[in-house]
Amino acid sequence: MTNHWIDIKNSDCILIMGSNAAENHPISFKYVTEAMEKGATLISVDPRFTRTSSKADIYAPLRSGTDIAFLGGMIKHILDNKQYSEEYVALYTNAPFIVGKTFDFKDGLFSGFEKNPEGPVLGRYDKSQWAFEMDKNGVPKMDRSLKHKRCVFQLLKKHFSRYDLKTVSMVTGTGEGDLKRIYDVYSKTGERGKAGTIMYAMGWTQHTTGTQNIRTMAIIQLLLGNMGVAGGGVNALRGESNVQGSTDHCLLWHIWPGYLKTARASNTTLAAYNETWTPTSKDPLSANWWQNTPKYSVSMLKSFFGEKADAANEFGYQWLPKVDDGASYSWFDIFDAMYKEKIEGFFAWGQNPACSGANANKTREALGKLDWMVNVNLFDNETGSFWKGPGMDPGAIKTEVFMLPACVSVEKEGSITNSGRWMQWRYQGPKPLGNSLPDGDIILALGEKIKEVYRDGGVYPEPIVNLKWDYATDGAYDPHKVAKEINGYFVKDVTIKDKTYKKGTLVPSFAFLQADGSTSSGNWLYCNSYTEKGNMAARRGQEDAVNNIGLFPEFAWCWPVNRRIIYNRASVDATGVPWDRKDWVVYFKGDEKDGKYVSNKWLGDVPDGGWYPMQNPDGSWREDAKYPFIMQKHGHAQIFGPGLADGPFPEHYEPLECPVEKNYLNAQMVSPTAAVYTSEADAHATCDPRFPYVGTTYRVSEHWQTGLMTRTQSWLMELQPQMFVEMSEELAGLKGIRNGERVNVISARGKVECSAIVTKRFKPFTIAGLTVHQVGIPWHFGWRWPSSGKEDSANLLTASAGDPNTRIPESKAFMVNVTKL
Amino acid sequence: MSNAFFIDTTRCTGCRGCQVACKQWHDLPAEETENRGTFENPPDLSFSTYKLVRMRETETDGKLKWIFLPEQCRHCIEPPCLETARDESAIFKDEKTGAVIFTANTKNLFADEIIESCPYHIPRKAADGTLAKCDMCNDRVTNGLLPACVKTCPTGTMNFGEREQMVSLAQQRLSLVIKKHKNAQLVDADSVNVIYLVTEPPADYHEFLMASANGHGITRHMALRKMMRPFTRAIHQLS
Repeated sequence: MTNHWIDIKNSDCILIMGSNAAENHPISFKYVTEAMEKGATLISVDPRFTRTSSKADIYAPLRSGTDIAFLGGMIKHILDNKQYSEEYVALYTNAPFIVGKTFDFKDGLFSGFEKNPEGPVLGRYDKSQWAFEMDKNGVPKMDRSLKHKRCVFQLLKKHFSRYDLKTVSMVTGTGEGDLKRIYDVYSKTGERGKAGTIMYAMGWTQHTTGTQNIRTMAIIQLLLGNMGVAGGGVNALRGESNVQGSTDHCLLWHIWPGYLKTARASNTTLAAYNETWTPTSKDPLSANWWQNTPKYSVSMLKSFFGEKADAANEFGYQWLPKVDDGASYSWFDIFDAMYKEKIEGFFAWGQNPACSGANANKTREALGKLDWMVNVNLFDNETGSFWKGPGMDPGAIKTEVFMLPACVSVEKEGSITNSGRWMQWRYQGPKPLGNSLPDGDIILALGEKIKEVYRDGGVYPEPIVNLKWDYATDGAYDPHKVAKEINGYFVKDVTIKDKTYKKGTLVPSFAFLQADGSTSSGNWLYCNSYTEKGNMAARRGQEDAVNNIGLFPEFAWCWPVNRRIIYNRASVDATGVPWDRKDWVVYFKGDEKDGKYVSNKWLGDVPDGGWYPMQNPDGSWREDAKYPFIMQKHGHAQIFGPGLADGPFPEHYEPLECPVEKNYLNAQMVSPTAAVYTSEADAHATCDPRFPYVGTTYRVSEHWQTGLMTRTQSWLMELQPQMFVEMSEELAGLKGIRNGERVNVISARGKVECSAIVTKRFKPFTIAGLTVHQVGIPWHFGWRWPSSGKEDSANLLTASAGDPNTRIPESKAFMVNVTKL
Repeated sequence: MSNAFFIDTTRCTGCRGCQVACKQWHDLPAEETENRGTFENPPDLSFSTYKLVRMRETETDGKLKWIFLPEQCRHCIEPPCLETARDESAIFKDEKTGAVIFTANTKNLFADEIIESCPYHIPRKAADGTLAKCDMCNDRVTNGLLPACVKTCPTGTMNFGEREQMVSLAQQRLSLVIKKHKNAQLVDADSVNVIYLVTEPPADYHEFLMASANGHGITRHMALRKMMRPFTRAIHQLS
């Protein structure tokens, strides 16, 4: 979330699309309800009428996989009706930037496209063709009047001119009246002082166009001036209590802690790494915060390797693994490699891949090709027991499985970081049961054992033996030691601005981190979370900030540097006065003399950099100011995003498996850069009469993830006892299916038995004049429990196709059939 | 002074946290259920299910609604069950809290008669005839805690406090809600200590949501009961 949970209450219009917040994030509805009571409008857009829709002022259905068409229509509406916030757009976004002449968009392809027959991505772009035009100083050329025919604003207009109501309705199946009403209501948040917010989740990400779904909404939020303001932002509702934390600390292969880039094989030295990944800006008004990359990468290496890391050995940079240039190491790639017998051993840690990943049959087969697997979890699951699962012959499986029982979250001390980026410290409740252990203890012991083995030599032992591994107190894992390591220390006496920080003291914030090896920090983004003042995440202050908008700055801690709403300097105009005087986030209150600011003072949230506002009260530009989007190289929010794999503007493409034979918006059927896996276990079927219905997956309030913690809980099983498929009365009538009857749901990859829920909450769509039915299934079940073994995972049906930027699977749109047993 | 619940169904998202919290606090066993083609489960209140969120889909003029009713004992101000039982060791009212409490001695009552007397069709019997229903978490309440269902509710649907406060909160909410939903009303507010705010016709939520709507008007019903009691008992004893 750019904002945070409590902040939803400040919104004037809440769009819930790509998520089902009432069911899957129930607490969020405390704040949604609060906003509605103050007059906010709630809009729910979902293929199915959900518990969220039941509370909405406006509900509209759309066919799964057509969100860009839906939102693209909104962009056109905002532009056609001039509902955008012109001052905001011209000042804070890259709408005025001039794009080079080589940029083009034709027949559904951006310029620079090349097919990639080797796969898994279908094609690639030469992104240099989308570059901005630079002036002689190397600063992007701009036309703040937004009139230049190649400025981003004009290109945006041209790009989305095709997304008229009729075409959008034909693609999405949403009625033109519903589209217009939603566009009208949401676009009103472009008025000064109004804020609209989006609450989205996996309904937007799990598509071959997942990243661009969110980009489309980000563009809307920028056009309407909704970024940085209270009650605005782009808000991802994370699917697990600590997903934000695990992402921040580099759960994913392509990033190091704090979103530093993973080193590529071509980054042969630390200098080369830093040079490659440190952006430079020639614009004196751009903070270009990532220019600090070397300070963060070196501090991270100092944290990993301690005293063994010094300038002479590149702070141990060579001891870190590098990824091959152009290669991908995502979930899909791991299981594809495992399936192709390229991986011998596997730790399944706090996960249940046999149920949780797309095309679960392939995953289950892949597990059988391992020599060994260690399953670290609370309970045995479909992954640990895959060898005795449906269709498996235990005698023919060689994989040796070890189970390490982990204790549950309440049995250990540590922090979680929630969707709103709040790092919250939690104390230990009951002691771990039996011989279960906190994950930290398991990792610590594992590391010690591996170090012991390598002490006597081995292949390239340096990374292991040189790893700093001193996180135990009295023989047990100490979460405080790790939290302090993440924050970082001065590792020698350092003098900054006349103040000397002693060796061994905690670094106050990332502004103090150094590139010369004098500081350590496991994750620069968390530097400021555990300082000499104490454990900031453990704070429980109940006082709100001066602006009284629910920031509660002394409750827990929030990255970065306790900033509760990021990009908050875009919540003020060029002179530092909030767009919204009532629910303001930051407010510049420096002294003024003769029309100029003469002292610097911000009130409210921690500002996104404490520089002076862009302009003085008399309208003159200041030379000591910085643009508010400090994480962007050029300081401006990116309406035109030239860094993405699939194009600088979002474009509607059909899901890999879809019910229509034509993309009504362009000449390409599916995303030209989608990642599609093609082993014999990766069947796909599009516009195939065997699989005529759109399928999607989702969650219910009553279960959690793959259900490991809830399917064993009788009170929850009482509420949702069985795998089900929801379908319209019309489809049930067509197939002769009675409510409650058991049926099979089948895709090109698998089959799942379900109880039919025949409901008015699903309605057939009319897509380009044809009736298209959609069904939906929850993904919480697995054969291991309930003991009947008949309730299995929805992911047996989902496809091995993913987004080109993230490789997230397209679990939200695929094709199925439904048959009576 | 008695307590009351105010249940604001306009805020209910049907998450059923209340239903589970009730089972957890009372340590009630889960029922073996199956998916019957609806999210609603178990199918009815029972001896081991005191609280049940009813879920109904209604469609009028093409507008679909999914409405939720967290159903429970209303803790009537003049409880017909108590009147019918006339056995304080089996059914009594805690005057301090207003909770209508069923004890193990309900086993000695004529269970069907008690169930029949309830205008909201709440009490359920075990195989041995013992009756059970919501007890307002009287143990929690007398120790200064909120009922489990209220404590767990994330949206402010479930409210609990002194009756006067709850009535006033209910009226205040009604006056706001009615602007958006012209048929909004408080259900039987004068005669019960569990006051529902609803926006749709009460029967759309559940047959027994409103006493007067199901032909079991309390006063008439109770009068009839009292009149008939000697005969029903005699018949019962004979059989």
